[in-house]
Amino acid sequence: MKIAVCIKRVPDSETRVKIAADGKSLDEAGVKFILNPYDEFAVEEALRRKDAAGAGEVVVIALGGAAAQETMRTALAMGADRGVLLQTDAVPADGFETATALAAELKDKGWDLILCGKVAIDDSSHQVGPMLAELLGLPCVTAVAKLTINGATGVAEREIEGGVEVVEFPIPAVITADKGLNEPRYPALKGIMAAKKKPLEVRPITLGAGVIQILALTPPPERKEGRIVGEGAAAVPELVRALREEAKVL
Amino acid sequence: MPPKYQGVDFYNVDGLLSEEERAVRDTVRGWVDDHLMPIIGDAYVAGKFPRQLIPGMAELGLFGANLPEEYGCAGLNNVAYGLIMQELERGDSGVRSFASVQGALVMYPIYAFGSDDQKMKWLPPMAGGTVIGCFGLTEPDYGSNPAGMITVAKETKDGWTLNGAKMWITNGSTAQVAIIWAKIGAKDDQNSIRGFLVPTDTKGFSAKDQKGKLSLRASDTSELVLQDVHLPKDALLPKSAGLKSPLMCLTQARYGISWGAVGAAMACYDEAVSYAKNLIMFGKPIGGFQLQQARLAEMLTEITKAQLLCLQLGRLKDAGTMTPQQVSLAKRNNVSMATDIAREARRLLGANGILAEYQAMRHLANLESVYTYEGTHDVHTLVLGQEITGLSAFE
Repeated sequence: MKIAVCIKRVPDSETRVKIAADGKSLDEAGVKFILNPYDEFAVEEALRRKDAAGAGEVVVIALGGAAAQETMRTALAMGADRGVLLQTDAVPADGFETATALAAELKDKGWDLILCGKVAIDDSSHQVGPMLAELLGLPCVTAVAKLTINGATGVAEREIEGGVEVVEFPIPAVITADKGLNEPRYPALKGIMAAKKKPLEVRPITLGAGVIQILALTPPPERKEGRIVGEGAAAVPELVRALREEAKVL
Repeated sequence: MPPKYQGVDFYNVDGLLSEEERAVRDTVRGWVDDHLMPIIGDAYVAGKFPRQLIPGMAELGLFGANLPEEYGCAGLNNVAYGLIMQELERGDSGVRSFASVQGALVMYPIYAFGSDDQKMKWLPPMAGGTVIGCFGLTEPDYGSNPAGMITVAKETKDGWTLNGAKMWITNGSTAQVAIIWAKIGAKDDQNSIRGFLVPTDTKGFSAKDQKGKLSLRASDTSELVLQDVHLPKDALLPKSAGLKSPLMCLTQARYGISWGAVGAAMACYDEAVSYAKNLIMFGKPIGGFQLQQARLAEMLTEITKAQLLCLQLGRLKDAGTMTPQQVSLAKRNNVSMATDIAREARRLLGANGILAEYQAMRHLANLESVYTYEGTHDVHTLVLGQEITGLSAFE
């Protein structure tokens, strides 16, 4: 089974991010970067599919700056066979540009599956997977929490509002991974050492200008301090009034 | 959910680590978060080593991680190995001790003093966690002075017969194999000390857990008795020669302890900072009071110094120039500072600090053992004294 996994380097969700002086980007100083957690599910799933098939290749593909190599080594340490970095100065704000570059790389290479995380936790745009599928002319199932492959047919389960949607699709296909798909492995220490020796091809690319621009980044407003409206049953009418008239949630 | 543990790195020591070293550290840190932290409080109170962790530790490759890949080990450098010890002891000194004994005190002497057959037979299953080892050097009457040991090995026509007793042996009752140090010559001849590989199911070998420990409760500590234990000729570690052989093992283990202690200190500091920011007293977080700030400032300073100490020690070890005296300095300093930090963290936590739900008191109790084992603080002081003056306080 030949599987491509598209991965992204993102700031650790535990990191406190600061906005850079230009007001439109993050100040990366002191920020810890990780493999996007949803991409980790995708990598794990690819490795399991390859193991189950008994043969094949798992290739991780990333788009970004040179530092993305460290993130790619994490995926290689988990067990992916090789990596391709489409090197750019920065990841574009316009997901279509990313999808176009990835599609150009992935086109006509005979993949059985292309896996992505359902969303990158930094810009949360959810776009690249479905766009990539469209550009490659492949079926796409997003936010997959369970995946079964039988020959040329796949069955995926998606968690939707109040239930589970079961989707059947032909492969090759593009699948975006949701939490619950699997429990990603820790990269074992031998894997970390082996990752150093695995091929990681760096290919500088030039992206189109794109149509989306980031104008400004601002942190969410500080939450106002709560107010205690009273105590016990006597406070209920005032609480209901405040929720209805001030907070407008009732 | 509490925020995930982020470590302590005030001086960007991370910037001095390689990508692989950081990756190893992060892997072990994540594993400790997910598998060790949720169970360690209960294991400690129950006084049981959490055996269920062994397969996971083996799968990650934590046992003998700095030994070569040909024996099924990870082949890491010594800084990465140190970082593993740091992260394990961030969880618990007892669990780090388990890994130290397996790797530095049993796998290392087999690697350093064993025959090719012994290495191939024992190292791969030990790396895989299917064989657990223990290290029998200390005796009931010979702790700081191992040269005085009275365990003897007599050569017979087809092998060896061992008699004696060992005490304070980590993993003693869990182990399938024990490295036993014994004299093959006269009682006062420390040059006749040799190492023997003793399968623990050999007739005449018995291990009994030491009861009533108030420290390292999540670790097995045993007393070993060897009564006419007959061993084949190839039980001898052929390249072991005199007291310096077990001391070389201790240098390996002490190196790991120097890093481990920093992990315990980082855990206590992390807990203290979070507690100080959240506990409101007199209308503000206790972290706003100067007394607590002084505590935290002192902790961070000592941790940062110790981190740099470990890192340089590791670089020296990787360069092959590290001396046992340099290890003594790091073990002595780091365990002592970690014990002080655990105590101060315990105090900052107030009454909560005595509960198993928090970490500080457990680390404090553990570190009192670490202060004493693997060369007591005092012995390391005298090792340094001798190094400085050229005059031995022992003789």
